[in-house]
Amino acid sequence: MKNTDKKRVLREMLFARRFEERCYEAYVERNIGGFLHLYPGEEACAFGVLEAAQPGHDYVITSYRDHVHAIKAGSDPRHIMAELFARETGVSKGRGGSMHIFDVAHRFMGGYALVGGPFPLAAGIAKGIQMQGGNEICICFLGDAANNQGTFHESLNMAALWNLPVLYVCENNLYGIGTRIDRSTAVLDQYQRVSAYNIPSAQEDGQDFDLVHKAATKAVEHVRSGKGPYFLELMTYRYRGHSMSDSNAYRAKKEERMWSGRDPVIMLRDRLIDAGVLTLDEYTDMDTAVLDEIEDEVIRFATESPEPKVADVEKYVLAENDPWVRGGVQ
Amino acid sequence: MAEIMYWEAIMRAHDEEMANDPMVICMGEDIGVVGGTYKATSGLYDKYGEARVIDTPISENGYTGLGIGASFLGVRPIIEIMSVNFAWLAMDQIFNTAAKVRYMSGGQLTAPVVIRSPGGTAHQLGSQHSARMEKVFMGVAGLRVVTPSSPRQAYGLLKSAVRCNDPVFINEHELMYNMKGEVPGEEYFHPLEGSEIAREGRDVTLFGYNISVHWCLQAAEQLSKHHGIEAEVIDLYALSPLDRAGIRNSVSKTHRAVIVEEAEPAVGVGAEVMAIINEECFFELDAAPLRVSALNVPIPYNHALEKAALPNPGDVVAAVRGIFGV
Repeated sequence: MKNTDKKRVLREMLFARRFEERCYEAYVERNIGGFLHLYPGEEACAFGVLEAAQPGHDYVITSYRDHVHAIKAGSDPRHIMAELFARETGVSKGRGGSMHIFDVAHRFMGGYALVGGPFPLAAGIAKGIQMQGGNEICICFLGDAANNQGTFHESLNMAALWNLPVLYVCENNLYGIGTRIDRSTAVLDQYQRVSAYNIPSAQEDGQDFDLVHKAATKAVEHVRSGKGPYFLELMTYRYRGHSMSDSNAYRAKKEERMWSGRDPVIMLRDRLIDAGVLTLDEYTDMDTAVLDEIEDEVIRFATESPEPKVADVEKYVLAENDPWVRGGVQ
Repeated sequence: MAEIMYWEAIMRAHDEEMANDPMVICMGEDIGVVGGTYKATSGLYDKYGEARVIDTPISENGYTGLGIGASFLGVRPIIEIMSVNFAWLAMDQIFNTAAKVRYMSGGQLTAPVVIRSPGGTAHQLGSQHSARMEKVFMGVAGLRVVTPSSPRQAYGLLKSAVRCNDPVFINEHELMYNMKGEVPGEEYFHPLEGSEIAREGRDVTLFGYNISVHWCLQAAEQLSKHHGIEAEVIDLYALSPLDRAGIRNSVSKTHRAVIVEEAEPAVGVGAEVMAIINEECFFELDAAPLRVSALNVPIPYNHALEKAALPNPGDVVAAVRGIFGV
């Protein structure tokens, strides 16, 4: 990967970081309601994997921690923020919220709030790809705690059995809300668990963009070439609590400091500075421009957008005017 | 018009829809090589192959979710859940995904899946193979629920359900797969909403669905023969949404209503139809509506106990006689 591309990715990752931090503020300001699950600390996972794939061509599906995956899949951040602000201009027209970002035009197939729910949906999307005969793949991002759901085992079994083009990415941030992985899970290395289904897998440092990108390139190539599913485990850490309602009191400060010392944005920044393609001043300017863009474009768009009409509350429950409801009579 | 069995009608609908659209697939436990526990998919595996007639592992939530995911890309899966009791395991994907995805995506995604499953109580299958779950499905927004009482409906409802853009749950019945009935020779699509008048009458309306339509018809014959009471029988083949106009029209004519359901009474079809009668035509009533339901027990294995737990045509006759004091 060229350094100019890495510089672009650095800006994208920084944008994602600042976007999420601004969501935190907007939540405190009460412009965002409900549950809010933020991504800072884990950016190299989404960016490393999707940089190795073809966003907009490949299908992406994930959990409730979904803003950044949608942005990298090609969704307009203004419409994501508008969704968080519950506006009609939101990607899901204000009906979904933070946990249900959908942008089907960019093949971002949604964020889902039941832990492990997307495992079979991703396999199904892969079945659809297989039936259509295209070369797309489906990429499913989920956390480590989802792997203790039955859907993990049921879906991996079917994906392997039917050779489905699906890449499962496990963002292992070590905690299922407040329960550390060694207190919930008998096998700590998640990539080993899929060997039960003869699915090839790898484990990688999820803080290092270059390493994630390299591992993901191999994984994507495997799936796209028709060899069936692949499972990539990325070791990472979320800086904040599970959601805004999580006091985050269960983690040792020492552990948090250790991980923040391996920040994915800063690691990529410093690597580019060391390579002589970026200066600290340039980075500071980049940051200022990102913050301005978020305030002037994203927040402004969300704030100025209208809310859905209350009269439309029953819209989108069922298909409108579907002739087959009347037995095909128009 | 030929007489065929309920399972043959379902099989014919599968066959026609799979021939019509290469994106129609069917999936479920033992539906391929074996042809389905109730033969409803027999012959399809040989005709359409294993990529479209899919024998699934015993993973109800997993394969239901897989079918839903495939439907996002234009695949039209007909998912058979071998027994409705096993559908409890797939509730997560049916309710959390299929029923909600259109709404929570602001109309971007739909899950046009058909989920077929035999509900009802057969003969001595015990508590965990005798569930009646229609009331569970009909209580959730975003899902259509239909339940055929005849081969004609079984054929036509499946045909329309496959083509409809909403998720549709089809509640079949283990005891009805061998029932014979007339099905049009030409292609026929049954409406997914509404109700049918299975028997015209003027004195009381008996509301039934699926197998209980037949109990109502038997009761109506006895009431006519022995008591001179002419019962109207309304077939509620669509449980969600229920046909409010059809319920109102019939009760406005007969002024009396008995709802006959195979399930336990609480939070069920009877309760819902009664609520609709109250909302739509309370002042048309000459007597308080009644429901004939199962007892509120898990279904027992012992034959006599099983029989005692379930309603029958005699219970329907008794309820109507009570209304008329005869």
